[in-house]
Amino acid sequence: MSAVTTNSTSHALDYRAGVARRLAILLSLTGLLVLSVAVDVSLGPARYPLGDVFRTIFAPGAAELQMRVVIWDIRMPMALLAVTVGASLSLAGAQMQTILANPLASPFTLGLSAAASFGAAMAMVLGVALFPAAVELMVPLNAFAMAMAASLLIFGLSTLRGVTVETIVLLGIALVFTFNAALALMQYFASEQALAAVVFWTMGSLTKATWGKVAVTAAILLVCTPLFARRAWALTAIRLGETRAAAMGVPVRRLRLEALLLVSLLAAVPVAFVGTIGFIGIVGPHVARLLLGEDQRFFLPGAMLSGAVILSATSVLSKAILPGAVLPIGIITALVGVPFFAALILTKGRKSW
Amino acid sequence: MVSLALEGVEARYGRKQILTDASTPEIEGGMLTALVGANAAGKSTLFRRIAGQLRGAGRVRLSGAEAGDLRYMPQDTAMSAALTVYESIILALKQGTGGWRLSPRELAAVDAVLHRFGIDHLAQRQLPELSGGQRQSVSIAQTLVTRPKLVLMDEPTSALDLYRQYEVLEALRRYAEETGAVVILALHDLNQVMRACTTTLALAEGRILATGPTLEVLTPALIRRLYGIDSRVERCSRGCPMMIVDGPAPHPPGQQVGT
Repeated sequence: MSAVTTNSTSHALDYRAGVARRLAILLSLTGLLVLSVAVDVSLGPARYPLGDVFRTIFAPGAAELQMRVVIWDIRMPMALLAVTVGASLSLAGAQMQTILANPLASPFTLGLSAAASFGAAMAMVLGVALFPAAVELMVPLNAFAMAMAASLLIFGLSTLRGVTVETIVLLGIALVFTFNAALALMQYFASEQALAAVVFWTMGSLTKATWGKVAVTAAILLVCTPLFARRAWALTAIRLGETRAAAMGVPVRRLRLEALLLVSLLAAVPVAFVGTIGFIGIVGPHVARLLLGEDQRFFLPGAMLSGAVILSATSVLSKAILPGAVLPIGIITALVGVPFFAALILTKGRKSW
Repeated sequence: MVSLALEGVEARYGRKQILTDASTPEIEGGMLTALVGANAAGKSTLFRRIAGQLRGAGRVRLSGAEAGDLRYMPQDTAMSAALTVYESIILALKQGTGGWRLSPRELAAVDAVLHRFGIDHLAQRQLPELSGGQRQSVSIAQTLVTRPKLVLMDEPTSALDLYRQYEVLEALRRYAEETGAVVILALHDLNQVMRACTTTLALAEGRILATGPTLEVLTPALIRRLYGIDSRVERCSRGCPMMIVDGPAPHPPGQQVGT
């Protein structure tokens, strides 16, 4: 009997140790994020000494005007938008993968990015504003409206009887092709100037960051995260399979619909602001899964943090590769991220998918 | 003590009627009950209907327990999430609760159920690494960790070796005895049923043909009716009942005998 007791407590101890290890990982990711944001703010076409940069951040009143503008109005919004957008896209991807039981699900692969690009192109090429009241914001608003329409279409179809997870994923892929074709058609007829604008937009860029965009994306994260957190156990259970989750009393269908709605919002807004940054929604969650497993208590914050770290680090890279120039971030995420990602999966491949 | 009774329970998938007027006398807890029937007789459907996953006419009457005290273990035990066995059992325990923290009592409950089903050594293993039989044992532990008062298990021993089958059935029997729970197991091995289960429900083409003490239900005539197999039920030299298969009956299963 004593052997049994020792054995039992050792499992609880192992569990506690596992929790501590994962909390440490989350803490390290947070540290990494802070570091990356600091580097991001200090880097840029204009070179300022690191000390001056921090003085400007913490005591903006004392800094000279030009530096204050560069740091506060340009670099800080950009660096923070990388964080909120990275976290949003990664969280959206994580929960899409969870509820659709598909490792490839992401805002990009389900057609949300393609729809947003189409919406943006409508504004840039045709000058069509889906919300005529705010013409100056017609590019992000169009992009948002189309992304939301695409995800609501997927959402609506998934409420139909007999629609399985596979159907939803296939439908998403069909949407990608449809919107890409429509976009190509528009580009074919576009003026040279509009064409350049569309191409640049679809590459994804943080350079048009403002405090307003940071606030909107942060607010959406603040609304969605607790809603997911409250369903952490149910969302983890869904990964065991639909029948098993249902057997545990999880209302699978309702949970899937609720999550899909939140995910639509989480993905559509960032995409409207920064264009196509496809990679984060797939890699962020996978990195978090490899580091932390799929217990949503850790996976949920982990996915957000890893997405934020990746996009923030990419933002640093996009400035560091060509000194004096800021490369479109969507290109860097794919170019640098893909080999890194492949190495990660191949070396630490768990059989979880 | 918990008990369960069905009154004219029906279920359908779309237009297809699966269960017709399924009624039983009071099924008492504290012992194992078997649910037997050929493939596609409606065993899983009956479980899902009792578990509330399917709707339909009729009444599932449960006394001595709340509806939330029910756990249903589906036949499909595929689990591929990046979780350890220990975490997967915590998951089953914490389902429906909001809190993220685990109390020492909850951890003790997880330890106890691992021990009860002899899978202590699997605690820290990842789910995708498990064999079919191990997954089945983990499923059983997940099902019972909340100590439910009504347990429905769809072929809980189908992937287990002979020793583990015996061990698991014995553990389930003790669980029922301790908690007074109604434990219904869908099983195919009738010798297993005769050895372990006090009561048996026989299901054919969505109708309950008989409910009662196992040996009274499992007569050669009923076995022929259920499975289309000619058999004898005899006593072994130590007195335990055994079914001996003689061969297929002239009527294949599913065909109405005597019509």
